[in-house]
Amino acid sequence: MSLALSDNTAGHRAQVHRSTRASLVGLVVAVIVVVSLAYGPFAFLTKGNQQNLTTLFIYIILGTMWNLLAGYAGMVSIGQQAFIGIGAYGIVYASDILGLGLWIGLALALVISGIVAYLVSFLAFRLSGGYFAIGTWVIAEVIYLLTTQINTLGAGAGISFTAFRGYKPEIRIAVVYWIALAAVVVAVAVTYLLLRSRLGAGFTAVRDDATAAATLGVNVTRSRRIAWVVAAMGCGLAGTLLAMTTLNVQPGSVFKIQWTAFMIFIVIIGGVGTIEGPIIGAIVFYALERYIGDVGFWYLVILGIIAIAMVLFLPKGLWGLISGNGRLRLFPTGYRLTSPLPTPIANGTPDSREGESS
Amino acid sequence: MSESQLLSVRGLSKKFGRVVTAEDVTFDVREGEAFGIVGPNGAGKSTLLNLIGGVIDPDAGSIEFGGRDITRLKAANRAKVGIARSFQIPRPFVDMTVFENVYVGSSFAGGTRGQHGYDRAYAALETTGLLGLAETPAGQLRLLDRKRLELARALATGPRLILLDEIAGGLTEKEIPPLIDTIRGLLASGVTVVWIEHIVHALVSVVDRLMCLAEGRILALGDPHEVMRSPEVIEVYLGTTFDIDEGRAS
Ligand SMILES: Nc1ncnc2c1ncn2[C@@H]1O[C@H](COP(=O)(O)OP(=O)(O)O)[C@@H](O)[C@H]1O
Ligand SMILES: [Mg+2]
Repeated sequence: MSLALSDNTAGHRAQVHRSTRASLVGLVVAVIVVVSLAYGPFAFLTKGNQQNLTTLFIYIILGTMWNLLAGYAGMVSIGQQAFIGIGAYGIVYASDILGLGLWIGLALALVISGIVAYLVSFLAFRLSGGYFAIGTWVIAEVIYLLTTQINTLGAGAGISFTAFRGYKPEIRIAVVYWIALAAVVVAVAVTYLLLRSRLGAGFTAVRDDATAAATLGVNVTRSRRIAWVVAAMGCGLAGTLLAMTTLNVQPGSVFKIQWTAFMIFIVIIGGVGTIEGPIIGAIVFYALERYIGDVGFWYLVILGIIAIAMVLFLPKGLWGLISGNGRLRLFPTGYRLTSPLPTPIANGTPDSREGESS
Repeated sequence: MSESQLLSVRGLSKKFGRVVTAEDVTFDVREGEAFGIVGPNGAGKSTLLNLIGGVIDPDAGSIEFGGRDITRLKAANRAKVGIARSFQIPRPFVDMTVFENVYVGSSFAGGTRGQHGYDRAYAALETTGLLGLAETPAGQLRLLDRKRLELARALATGPRLILLDEIAGGLTEKEIPPLIDTIRGLLASGVTVVWIEHIVHALVSVVDRLMCLAEGRILALGDPHEVMRSPEVIEVYLGTTFDIDEGRAS
């Protein structure tokens, strides 16, 4: 009797499916939606629509990034506003102050977000759990305070973003809208591909049990660092979009902790640990802000109550409800073993290969 | 150290505060051997596996594996050079399916991605009798299947050495023999096994040598029956009876 594990024990070839009919449909629908949205400014989207959708896209990016970091990689950060601010200031600095123009400025802002995240990780990763969360917040506050000391960046008063000077307003609004649309596609696609890769399985393994993951060969710190840097660059990207929409970067506004609170809200509402969740959550959050956002203080109270109710009664979020608890996956990241069809095995039988071994 | 030694532990020591969990522990495990470990609760058995697997660092001492000093190697890299581990209290990735749990082992430590990784994960599930549960979220498994999953994940890494921590603990008498068959199968395929177990009759029926630990020290090491009969071992187990013969009969 030999139970040696060769790669094709008993001649089986395991058939693993990574996509479903629903996911193919999902992909087609996603392409149609994106193409229509891209065409929108020529036909059916007013300036106001474009500005509103740009805001929605920023929320989708932020929700997707927090979901990647906390939902998949298990790192609960409440300091992601640091990278929103760095992205916003980064593009102003590179585009305007260094005079590199919009596109190189955008790219450089992302690189800066990534580098700062990489460096900060050596400090933040010394902490875990609740201490990590608080630590990220403290780091974000320090970055905020340092920024307000830099005179070139307008210190406490903020700084204008002038890369669009000379654009007609309707052209600028459309261009920013298209950049935001491209950004949201890239952010979701990168997250999706990352989670579908082997690294993605590593993220969830580390989240569920870091010690067991390490014992199975997952480099825990490297895995966390990749999720952390990607999520920071995504938040940096959202920050550059904020600079493009407001044309004025205020430290108290881009570095406010509410950004992270909104990200958490979006993910909780939509459903943690799925690609679809933050997209749905962002739409709901946007609608709430739009229609009840002007009730000020009570708006935040309502958000809080909704979030608590969701955690208690609908922990998988709206997408969990829509998808029948995950049965429908438009963007599947898992591995479905489909054949050879696993037959129910009598309990206590360790080896079901009777008659096949020599 | 002779070439047939796969694992050489030299002067390993570890304290948690004042609790001594390993005190100058030195032993070798031969390639292909079945090596058993017994000892009272808190003796430092699990800690020893943690030290060998790289989950914790020793205060002193060294560990060689396949002729290479791995004392400074991280847990993930020890897994890659062929040391696999099952945990006493199972540690499944609860939100992943059983298949995905095992694929983590074959794709990361095993280094077999894609189809090769799937095939190896499949084989590990087949060997451990988990194939029927491949698509179940690991968080929903009952204890026996969690223990099997520990074993399946370890197997999927393609180990040279497998460290089993009370893999039969908490199982019923009926559930143990199939598990023992699986371990015998592993040994037959050339994998070296270090196995901690409280169910001594099960252990003694399989292992070539037995080591008894108490308060982080080696009390006795050698032939399993002799170790269980030695006065030092009987003393730490005072009041406990071992059904070694019953174990052999079953
Ligand atoms: N990470 C840890 N931190 C502090 N104490 C520990 C840790 N791990 C084990 N111990 C202590 O070390 C002693 C030995 O534990 P362990 O190795 O699990 O024993 P065994 O597996 O032989 O029952 C126990 O007293 C336990 O409480
Ligand atoms: Mg133990």
